[in-house]
Amino acid sequence: MTEVLLEARNIGKKFGGVQALKDVSLTIRRGEIYGLIGPNGAGKTTLFNVFTGLYPRDGGEVLFAGKPLTLESPHTVAAAGIARTFQNIRLFGNMTARENVMVGRHVRTRAGVVGAILRTRAERAEETAIRRRADELLHYVGIADRADALARNLSYGDQRRLEIARALATEPQLLALDEPAAGMNATETAGLRQLIEGLRKDGLTVLLIEHDVKLVMGLCDRVAVLEYGEKIAEDVPEVVRSNPKVIEAYLGTSAH
Amino acid sequence: MGWTTKEKVGLACIAAALIALPFVLAMAGTAWVRITNFAVLFVLLSLGLNIVVGFAGLLDLGYVAFFAVGAYVYALLASPHFGLHLPFWAILPIGAAVAGIAGAVLGAPTLRLRGDYLAIVTLGFGEIVRIFMNNLSAPVNITNGPKGINLIDPFRIGDFSFSANSGALSGPIKYYYFLLLVLLAVIVINRRLQDSRIGRAWVAIREDEIAAKAAGINTRNIKLLAFAMGASFGGIAGGMFAAIQGFVSPESFILNESIMILAMVVLGGMGNIWGVIAGAVLLSFMPELLRYTVEPAQKALFGKMLVDPEVLRMLIFGLALVLTMRFRPAGLWPETRHKRELDADRK
Repeated sequence: MTEVLLEARNIGKKFGGVQALKDVSLTIRRGEIYGLIGPNGAGKTTLFNVFTGLYPRDGGEVLFAGKPLTLESPHTVAAAGIARTFQNIRLFGNMTARENVMVGRHVRTRAGVVGAILRTRAERAEETAIRRRADELLHYVGIADRADALARNLSYGDQRRLEIARALATEPQLLALDEPAAGMNATETAGLRQLIEGLRKDGLTVLLIEHDVKLVMGLCDRVAVLEYGEKIAEDVPEVVRSNPKVIEAYLGTSAH
Repeated sequence: MGWTTKEKVGLACIAAALIALPFVLAMAGTAWVRITNFAVLFVLLSLGLNIVVGFAGLLDLGYVAFFAVGAYVYALLASPHFGLHLPFWAILPIGAAVAGIAGAVLGAPTLRLRGDYLAIVTLGFGEIVRIFMNNLSAPVNITNGPKGINLIDPFRIGDFSFSANSGALSGPIKYYYFLLLVLLAVIVINRRLQDSRIGRAWVAIREDEIAAKAAGINTRNIKLLAFAMGASFGGIAGGMFAAIQGFVSPESFILNESIMILAMVVLGGMGNIWGVIAGAVLLSFMPELLRYTVEPAQKALFGKMLVDPEVLRMLIFGLALVLTMRFRPAGLWPETRHKRELDADRK
């Protein structure tokens, strides 16, 4: 349980004159749900985008499963085993739910143009496997009945689930969720919580950015808090909750 | 593929009609068979461009460049210009490969561009290729400049030449059947690609490039593949064009042609193979039909020519395009996806 899956050392990121991240170091252990919280603009999503290769980092290094992560491009990060979802859901709106998940299998499959044109036996077998896996994952996240619906026509909660299914299709070791509960109602959030707990039970490591403090504190094994691009705390939820710096920065004081 | 009996009968009817078509057309004059052949060439070009524009969503305004590459490859390898006379079945794959490489090479610098910017750059590339063809006559004469290359070999298998008449089969009819075979192959390839891991990756890029990257797609390679595949179809069409014409010059590959092919794809329905074919057939035949009807109609009505048919032709052509875009914005026969997209935008 205590094996380190991802270790970030002194990550820095500048946007023009703004230091969005300053020497952020953190470690995520295999099998845990790791929460990342902080006020708006604290750099949570920036850190996330650096981890997943969307932004180049200015300094520091990331070790993933013991190996340095090159972070040169999102697809190599996906191949290495980090999958993500987006804060403002990004699905392939005009593809069906099943096709969305099938796209997620791309990085773990091989068939090329020649195989597709000749419909070789290997290609057909692979297509069948892709399809079967997609259906399994849709079932896993609980939207199997919507497999043939266009992604854009799914309800908000189902779209979140579909995005998670597509991320799972890449066979990640670390699943990074960017504010998955944003905009969800209480029932949907409860369902999401169950889903994430199920992921942990199945041995997946989850990195969770979230505004919903109750969800984070209830769900995560450990929590890190960012403020102005710096990590101000990292510990189990109970300790973080009573950290005065955190209370002042994020949970609010009566100062005003 | 599983076909129902009804579909089988339908397909058999279409096949019979397509086989009988040139003989019916030949009764109206061999010119009509030639026009049909050019229509099929444009169908091939539209299907190639559809991979780039329809599937992968990359707006390419210089597509005719690959048609030109294919045509010039054929012309250089089968004409007295260099004294080379390779057989057509060797040249067509070479032309496809060279055009495919050209597609990837011209696509590479545009990978970060989308939409309008991509259109502008590809438009420029299309013109660059044409200008090259126009000027590569000195110091070493490669393309023979604006004069073009003449006396290009027709397709020939042994003593069987595609340009000469043999019995009831005139030259154009022979080419027609050959074109039909190629078309069939291209349709099958397109359908299979659309329905594959690569095809899904193309559509994913069209839908949301960042999400596609995050889902593990190497967008650079997959886009280059779309450019190369589309271009290679253009290269094959170009080779056949050179053989049928017996002559190529840079003038055949102007920007207007790129726009025309794009219009076929968009009018027919981006992304839907059948729609694209319908668009290409319609737009290839309409100008010819108008040419043959406008003049007699005016003579009959007014006793003299009031409007030059060429002018009227373009006018009606433009009007038809405007009306289509007004009333069927997703094309005549849209891909179900694109239609939904546009419907959703209207709400």
